[in-house]
Amino acid sequence: MLELKNIHKTFNPGTVNEKRALNGLDLSLRDGDFVTVIGGNGAGKSTMLNVISGAYSVDEGSIFIGGADVTRLPEYKRAPYIGRVFQDPMMGTAATMQIEENLALAARRGQRRGLKKGITRAEREEYRELLKILGLGLEDRLTSKVGLLSGGQRQALTLLMATLRRPQLLLLDEHTAALDPKTAAKVLDATETIVRRDNLTTLMITHNMRDAIAHGNRLVMLYDGRVVVDVRGEEKRRLTVEDLLEKFNQASGSTEADDKLLLS
Amino acid sequence: MFINTLLNALPGVAAQGLIWSIMAIGVYITYKILDLPDLTVDGTMCTGGAVFIVFSSAGWNPWSALLAAFLAGMIAGLATGLLHTACGIPAILAGILTQLGLYSVNLRIMGQSNRPISVDKYDLLVSARNVREWSLSNPILVCLLFTAATIGVLYWFFGTEQGCAVRATGANPSMARAQGINTSFTTVLGLMLSNGLVALSAALLAQYQGFADVNSGRGAIVIGLAAVIIGDVLLGKVFRNFALKLTSVVFGSLIYYLVYQVVILLGLKSDDMKLITALIVALFLAVPYWKGRYFTKHAKKGAGSHA
Repeated sequence: MLELKNIHKTFNPGTVNEKRALNGLDLSLRDGDFVTVIGGNGAGKSTMLNVISGAYSVDEGSIFIGGADVTRLPEYKRAPYIGRVFQDPMMGTAATMQIEENLALAARRGQRRGLKKGITRAEREEYRELLKILGLGLEDRLTSKVGLLSGGQRQALTLLMATLRRPQLLLLDEHTAALDPKTAAKVLDATETIVRRDNLTTLMITHNMRDAIAHGNRLVMLYDGRVVVDVRGEEKRRLTVEDLLEKFNQASGSTEADDKLLLS
Repeated sequence: MFINTLLNALPGVAAQGLIWSIMAIGVYITYKILDLPDLTVDGTMCTGGAVFIVFSSAGWNPWSALLAAFLAGMIAGLATGLLHTACGIPAILAGILTQLGLYSVNLRIMGQSNRPISVDKYDLLVSARNVREWSLSNPILVCLLFTAATIGVLYWFFGTEQGCAVRATGANPSMARAQGINTSFTTVLGLMLSNGLVALSAALLAQYQGFADVNSGRGAIVIGLAAVIIGDVLLGKVFRNFALKLTSVVFGSLIYYLVYQVVILLGLKSDDMKLITALIVALFLAVPYWKGRYFTKHAKKGAGSHA
């Protein structure tokens, strides 16, 4: 489904701020894989998602989605394959537009936009039903501006938008990190429900090791722009936080990173 | 005495206000919808008039000449759009570059710095001469129809899929791209539409005044902003629907020209109006900032702090 081959990405090359974010990253996802991604700050997690979505171009390597080489495609041309939820609740929605308008934009992801109506009556009914699933009362506020919603409501809406047209790949970039624990749990539940329902191939970055262990069928740890731990299936199910730390120390060759990883 | 003179001037105020409102609506598209200040309009505000007069003098009928002016404006918007999106130049600078280049282009089009056109010799749609007549050729009526048609067409367009894509681009470009919108294309499209309308307004103004001047666009962007901001401040709370928002721009433009007329009658020269306009716009832009900074009673609610 997704294949990353030997991806290199360096920011500000040749300056004092040079930062090697991805350093020969290889990763291959099978159809229906739900992969949680962990790693310390600067390990390259967000860069990996941004490289997949096309927000950043790669210095070296290639990216395949569903067999198609998308390495050179601009961001908007990859959008048909990809649904995204960002860490910042402000990023995924248009604040000055209505809830239903945002959904209508998402419903046309990957389609030619012409001079037909931007939103139809039939769509409105459909959105009302879909919003009910979230259980946030948004179904009665279709024409409210998204800017009036809370961070949690916006993330839930973004999640709905990302999956409105079934994406081949769902990218979640710490999408609950900016929310309070209760809301985060709600949004995570909704994520689990939707991913299971549509059997979506998913990459979910999280800072929370317990979430990383509790969700998905596969866990990947990045360190220094590379995959250093890759656990799946039965092994993943039996995984504990202690195991993860142990694995991390083996991979990075030090123990000092313990706190860094735990605290980050 | 003063009131009488003012009343006498009112028809002219209405006609000019309506003509400039089309220009201000163009500014609204870039400034409010695309969230991108476009300075091209200072150049386009002359280009439209120049193209109209040249084509009209060459014997074209006014509707074709008007269309030519509109297309010329769109080309100017295209230039700025490509400088911005394809060449990565910041929008403000891209607009300034096009505007500067247009100065030469406008002189080339007209062949001289000022070009008159007589309503006696040519078939014109509006003329200041008829502004007090009760007839179908009264410029107030004609301009009212143009303004209404502009609002109608824009209301329709920004409700379409493509129009929504343009709005999304201005509201949140990263979200727009994530939804598969080519934001470079929508930005260029918005700039073209905006400058096309500005040129249309310029073409009407040239007919109304009976001439086009290479300097007639100077400061146009600020007048457009003034109309947008005045309309928003006075009617923004009441007018929420998109068509009404555009209507508030028209009111803003009319009020601007009313104030303009009053100031002139009070004895200031029209050259002084540029300073006054700049001050008005600066003040209206500063007030919301001051309000937020010095008169905040409650801390702003963080977006992520509650659900």
